[in-house]
Amino acid sequence: MASYVIILVIVGYLSLLFAIGIWADRRSKSKWVHNPWVYALSLAVYCSAWTYYGSVGIAATSGVSFLTTYLGPIIALPLWILVLKRIVVISKQYQVASIADFISLRYGNKRSIGALVTIICVIAVFPYIALQLKAVSETFDILSGSSKSVSIFTDSTFYIAVLLAVFVALFGTQTTDASRRRSGLVFTVAVESVLKLVFFLIIGVYVTFYLFDGTTDIYSQISALDGFEKLATFSNIEASINWYFMIALSFFAIFLLPRQFQVSVVENTSISHLKKASWVFPLYLLLFNVFVIFIAWAGKLLLSGELNPDYYTLYLPLAHGHKFLGLMVFLGGLSSVISMVVVSALALSTMISNNLIIPYGFIKALNDSDPKRNAQRIKNVRRVSIFILIIGAYFFYVNFNIELSLFSIGLIAFVIIAQLAPAFFIGLFWNRGSAIAAKTGIIVGSLVTFYTLVLPFITEVFVDGSSLIKNGPAGIALLKPYELFGVDFMPPVTHAFFWSMVFNVMFYLVFSVLQKGDYRERNYAELVVNASSYGELQENAFVWRGEAYVSEIRKALIRFLGEKRTTRALNLFYRKYDIDPQEEKADARLVNFSEKLLTGSIGAASAKLMISSVVKEQPVSLPEVLKILEENKETITINKQLQQQSHDLKRLSDRLKNANQALVEKDRQKDEFLDTVAHELKTPTASIRAASEILFDDDDMPVELKKKFLDNIVNDSDRLAALITNILDLEKLSNGREVMDKKQHSLRDTLHKAVDGVYQLALKKQVKVDIDEIESINLYYDEDRILQVFTNLLSNSIKFVSSKDGVIKVKIQLTDTTVLMIFEDNGKGIPQEDMEFIFDKFYQSNNQNVKKPMGSGMGLAISRHIIESHHGSIKVDPDFVNGARFIVELKK
Amino acid sequence: MKKILIVDDEPNIVMSLEYAFKKQGYSVFIARDGSEALVIMEREIPDLVILDVMMPQVDGYETIKMIKSNPAFAKAKVIFLSAKSKAADIEKGLKLGADQYFTKPFSVKKLVTAVDHLIRA
Repeated sequence: MASYVIILVIVGYLSLLFAIGIWADRRSKSKWVHNPWVYALSLAVYCSAWTYYGSVGIAATSGVSFLTTYLGPIIALPLWILVLKRIVVISKQYQVASIADFISLRYGNKRSIGALVTIICVIAVFPYIALQLKAVSETFDILSGSSKSVSIFTDSTFYIAVLLAVFVALFGTQTTDASRRRSGLVFTVAVESVLKLVFFLIIGVYVTFYLFDGTTDIYSQISALDGFEKLATFSNIEASINWYFMIALSFFAIFLLPRQFQVSVVENTSISHLKKASWVFPLYLLLFNVFVIFIAWAGKLLLSGELNPDYYTLYLPLAHGHKFLGLMVFLGGLSSVISMVVVSALALSTMISNNLIIPYGFIKALNDSDPKRNAQRIKNVRRVSIFILIIGAYFFYVNFNIELSLFSIGLIAFVIIAQLAPAFFIGLFWNRGSAIAAKTGIIVGSLVTFYTLVLPFITEVFVDGSSLIKNGPAGIALLKPYELFGVDFMPPVTHAFFWSMVFNVMFYLVFSVLQKGDYRERNYAELVVNASSYGELQENAFVWRGEAYVSEIRKALIRFLGEKRTTRALNLFYRKYDIDPQEEKADARLVNFSEKLLTGSIGAASAKLMISSVVKEQPVSLPEVLKILEENKETITINKQLQQQSHDLKRLSDRLKNANQALVEKDRQKDEFLDTVAHELKTPTASIRAASEILFDDDDMPVELKKKFLDNIVNDSDRLAALITNILDLEKLSNGREVMDKKQHSLRDTLHKAVDGVYQLALKKQVKVDIDEIESINLYYDEDRILQVFTNLLSNSIKFVSSKDGVIKVKIQLTDTTVLMIFEDNGKGIPQEDMEFIFDKFYQSNNQNVKKPMGSGMGLAISRHIIESHHGSIKVDPDFVNGARFIVELKK
Repeated sequence: MKKILIVDDEPNIVMSLEYAFKKQGYSVFIARDGSEALVIMEREIPDLVILDVMMPQVDGYETIKMIKSNPAFAKAKVIFLSAKSKAADIEKGLKLGADQYFTKPFSVKKLVTAVDHLIRA
C-alpha cells in the first residue's frame, strides 16, 4: 500500500478524533459524554500497543504467560473496586490531580516525595511512550512495504508524534486546575477503546474462521509442531511462581501507572460509575484476549519464522493479500497508541509541572506575579512538558533504536512503577507509614530494579556476553544481577520484581517503625487511612496552629485563581462555617481550605509551600494532633445529633401547634353554636315569661286579650319545642349518627305529599303551588327525611312570596344519572352575598346583630345534611333573578 | 303623659310590653327596627326607649349611637332589652350610653319599676 494513502488515512483519522474531542468537550454534561460506559471504556487505555501487538508476540514465543497482564486486573477485581472507590473519594475531596499528588498528600504534602514519585513515573513511562511510537513506525513500514526512513523529516512517525502532542496540549491544558475533568479527551479515549477492540476481534475472527476452520483446526495443526508443550502449559513450579508474580505486578500497574490513575481517579465524574466499570472493564480485557493465542499459532503455522511475531496480526492479512484488513489492524494499533500516549503525556506533564517544576523552581516567580500570567505560565510548563515527553520519546526511540520486544520494555516499566506500591498501598491502610520510609523504600527498590533489570539489560544490548551477568561484579556470584543471592529459578523480570519488592517493603516498614514522622504527616495519614470517618469533618479534619492573616492568604489565592474565583470560593467558605467575613485572623480551616483550592492548579506540595509562605506556623505535637482530631470528630457527631433532635422537636411542636389550632377552631365553633342556641331559646322563653307574668298579675284582663296572650304562649312553646327538635336533629345528622331508612319510593308521590302538607299554609296566604306533571320515577331514599326537605323548601317559599300573587313552581328534570328537583318562587329572593351561607346552621349575615334567623334558622342546614346523606346535593341557583330557585339533585 | 318607645322585632314580646306600660299610664309607641324607631323619635321625642339589640336593618347599637348623637334626644333615657347576656355585651351597651341593660328572659315587673324610676326621678 502506498505511503501517501496511509498518511491520508492517518490524517483523516486524527481529524476525526479532534472533531470528536471538540464535540464532547462542548457537551460534557450530556448523557452521551457523562455516563458510566464512557468511564468504563476509558479505563481500557490500559490496553496499549503492547496489548494490541505485543501479547500475540509473547504468546508466540513464550505461550500463555501473556495472559498474566490481563488476569491480574480480572482476578483482583473486587479488591480493585474497593480500593479504587476509596482513592477516588479521597482524591475528589483533596483535589488530587495525579498519583504523585496522591502519594505526597498521604505523607503530609511533602514536595520531595511528590518529586520522587514524578521522577519514577517519568523513568518508567518515557521509554514506554518511545515503544508506542516504535510500534507505529514499524507497522507503518510493514503496511507500506518500505524500509525505515533515514531522515526524521521523511519519517511519518515524527509527524504523528507532533500531532499527538498538539492533541494533548489542546485538550489537556485548557484550565490550570489539573483536577478538573477533561471530557473531550476522555471521550476520545473511550471511542478508541471501542475501535481497537472491534478491529482486534475482526482480525481474530478472520484468522480463526477464514484462514482456518475454527479454533480446533488451529489447535490440531499447531499441536503437531515440535515444542508445542512448552507454549501451552506450565512446565514446572518455577513457571507457576512466575505467574503469580506477574499477576501481582499487573495488579499494581492498574493502580499506579500514571495513565490508569488519570482515567480511573482524576477523570472520574461520579463515584457510581465504578459499578459499571467493575464488570465492563474485566469483560473488555477478556474479549481482547480471546483470539490472541490463535493468532499467535496461526502466525507460527503460516508465516516465516523470521518475521517479528509482535506483528502477526498485520502480517497475516497482508500475506493473504487483504490490504484493507491490514489497514484496519494498523488503525486499531494506532488507536491504542494514541490513547496511551495522550493520557500518559497528560498525566506526566501535570506531575512534572505540579510536583517538580513549580515546587522546586517556579514557586518564587509565581509568588510575585499576577493571576493571568501565572495561569499562562503553568499552562506553558505543562505544554512544554508534553512536547518534550512525546518528541523526546520519539528521539529516544530513533537514537537508541531499541532492539527489544514491546513486551519486555512494558514489563520493565511495570517493575519500576511497582516501586510505588508499598508507599501507596500500605500507606492507604497503615497510619504509621512515614514519609522518610516511603522515600527510602522507593529509592532502594528502584536501585535494586536498576541493578537486577535495567543495568544487565543495557549491558546486554551494548556489550555482547557481558561478564557482569555471567559472573557477577568482580566475580562475586552472589551478586549476579539475574541471580541475586543465589535465586536462580526466576526469569529476569520476576526476579527483579521479587527482590525490589523485598527491599522496598523491608525499608518501608523498618523506617516507619523507627522514624515516626512529624505531626503534619500523621495528620494526613489519619485523613487518608480513616477517610470514611474524617471525610465529613472536611476542613475540620486538619490540625494547624499558628498565626495567619486572611488578607495574606487571600493575596496568595488571587495570584493563582484570580480575584473573582477567590472571592467566590471564600464566600462559600464563610457561609459554610458561618464565619464573619470581616475576621482578620485565619484559622486552621481556612488554611486547609486554601491549600485545597490551590492543589488543583499547582499541586498539593506547592500549595502547601505557597500557603506556608504567608502564614506563621507553630508545631503541634503528635498526641495533640490526634486529640484535636478526636475532639473535632466528637463535636461534629454531637452537632449532628443536636441538629437531628432540634429538627425532631420542631416537627413535633409543629404538629402540636396544628392540633391545637384545630382544637381552638372547634372550640370556637362550639361556643358560637351554643351562643346561638342560647339566644334562639331565650327569645321565645322571654316572650312566654312576659305573657305569663302579665296574665298572672292582671285578673281583670278582658277575655279576648287573655286568649290572645295564651295563644302567644302556645305558639312560643311550639316554637321552642321545634327548635329543640331541630337542634337535636341537626347534631345527629352532622355527626353522621342518623341512619337513613332508604327504601324504594315514588318521587312523584313524595312531592305530592309535601305539597299537600303545606296546602293549608298556602291557602291561608293565597299562594299558588304548581307541580309539573311527571311520570313516576322510583328512587331509593328515606321518605320521611326527603319529605322534610321538600316541606322546608316549600314553606320557606310560602313565607317569602307576597300573598295573592305568589307563585311556587316545582319541576323535575332527568339526566343520565341524576334527577333534579327544582323549587322556584317569585318572592324577594336571596341576596347574592348570602347565597354562600344559607346552608350553614343558624346562618346569620356577617354583621351578627343585624339579621335574625328566619324561622328556626336551621331548616336549610338540616336539608343539606339529609340530601348529603343520600349522596346528592342541594344548592341555590345564583342566576335566577325573579325570586329564589333551589335545585336538589339525587342519584338515580 | 310620658312617652315610651319600644323597639323590638318580636311581636309577642312587644305585645306584652305595650300592655304593661299602657296599664301604667304611659303613652307607648312601637318600632320594629332602628330606622323605624328614629322616624318615630323625630316625631314624638319619647322620654324613654326600650331597645332590642338584634334586629333587621339597623341594630340596637347603631340606633343608640344615633340617639345619643342627636341633641334633640338629649333627655331620652335608653334601656337595652336583649337576649345577648354576655358581660362584654352588657358593658358595650352601657358604654354606648344606655341607662340600664335587661337580659331576656326578663321580669316585666322589674322592667316597669326601672322605667318608672328612670323617668320620674
